[in-house]
Amino acid sequence: MNLKLKIWRQKDAEDKGKMVAYNVTDISEHMSFLEMLDVLNEQLVNSGEEPVAFDHDCREGICGMCSLYINGEAHGPDRGVTTCQLHMRMFNDGDTIFIEPFRAKAFPVIKDLVVDRSAFDRIQQSGGYISVNTSGNTQDANAIPIPKADADEAMDAATCIGCGACVATCKNSSAMLFVGAKVSQYALLPQGKVEAKDRVMNMVNQMDKEGFGNCTNTGACEVECPKGISLTNIARMNREYFSASVTED
Amino acid sequence: MSNRKGTTSVGRKILMALSGLFLIVFLLQHCTINFLSVVAPDTFNEVSQFMGTNPLIQYALQPVLAFGVFFHLIMGIYLERKNRNARPIKYAMDKPATNSSWMSRNMIITGIMVMLFLAVHFYDFWLPELNTKFLKGDMSGLNAAGEYRYMEEMAHKFSNAGRVILYVLSFIFLSLHLLHGFQSAFQSVGFNHNKYTPTIKRLGNLYAIVVPAVFIFIALFHYFNQHA
Ligand code: SF4
Ligand code: FES
Repeated sequence: MNLKLKIWRQKDAEDKGKMVAYNVTDISEHMSFLEMLDVLNEQLVNSGEEPVAFDHDCREGICGMCSLYINGEAHGPDRGVTTCQLHMRMFNDGDTIFIEPFRAKAFPVIKDLVVDRSAFDRIQQSGGYISVNTSGNTQDANAIPIPKADADEAMDAATCIGCGACVATCKNSSAMLFVGAKVSQYALLPQGKVEAKDRVMNMVNQMDKEGFGNCTNTGACEVECPKGISLTNIARMNREYFSASVTED
Repeated sequence: MSNRKGTTSVGRKILMALSGLFLIVFLLQHCTINFLSVVAPDTFNEVSQFMGTNPLIQYALQPVLAFGVFFHLIMGIYLERKNRNARPIKYAMDKPATNSSWMSRNMIITGIMVMLFLAVHFYDFWLPELNTKFLKGDMSGLNAAGEYRYMEEMAHKFSNAGRVILYVLSFIFLSLHLLHGFQSAFQSVGFNHNKYTPTIKRLGNLYAIVVPAVFIFIALFHYFNQHA
């Protein structure tokens, strides 16, 4: 199929940037979206132009590196997929496709479609962990019984790959689905309870410091999340925060 | 740590929800009393007199209500501003309707419409009440003929077609606001449960439609009652 692309081009963080139109031809419907961009970049390189910079790594939906706001939706029109998993068969011959970087003050553009998502790393560093001794005589994990339902829910929360689609799609650029998932995966497990209060307070504070917006429960994040992270995780974070703030001294 | 609890994004969200829930309870009470004007005018007069003169309601609950309305408004505007700033460059192509409802994305618009209505509403009912009771010092609730004045005052307001139309439109905005706000408040305070949340959502939709519909009905009832 032949496509018209409108892509955000921006030389570096300081550049103002603009949408630029390109044409690609002979795109197979079996290609992934990123492979389609590879074809475009090959064209650009062959004609001596600067290729379009975009993030990617695993190309199998597990690393969370690929981003892109495609035709008005984070990761494009399909549900439950990252951009590397998005197939070109979701589009039709002759389509015009808008390709923009994830937009948020907390995710500044570095170049073209590449944004800096290190705000997520700093939120994680502020509390998204448990402190354990790695002295060599670590306790066997199975020594602590955990109800199956809790383990399942914690695992569901832990499938968040930190891609940032929730922020990109939220009209408020809120990071609450991501932080909710990261708070929940520990809050549900006995090992996480020890630092639970500090964790939620610190992570919420760091999230605010990074400049993410305020959640108004539109639910858009849950719909666009490639891993199906549920809004119940945000509610759990709110609960954890509420109880931490009234019980903390 | 105590100085930052209410000032984080989650803290503000919880406060927004609690003030919203408080207003939801108030509205139900207001709606019920107003409905009495249709089915039992005498009782409506008596209840109005009670509500208007009971010291607990006047000096304790009324200021709390005024604060609740004010807080919900100011916080709503503040959050909207903050949220707009969180995305300085907008998308060239955006399709928000694919993942969220119009109501959820436009709470600021429906909210401001309701607040504008409240300004008219205060001018219509609250200010005259304050004037009669506290400036003129007339706490009797009676008119010149020695009868309760509430029913006739209300009916008089609703004899004006323009005002009735304004009320009807405002309650449509209120309904849109509540269609998202009711269930959203529960989510914000952390209440999301597989078993109960579907019921809360249904209850929220019911509330958001029935309560404004009753208010609209009351306005129309009094209008047509006088123009039939
Ligand atoms: S919650 Fe979903 S959308 Fe947000 S970062 Fe995690 S995987 Fe991505
Ligand atoms: S490149 Fe790893 S998830 Fe898409």
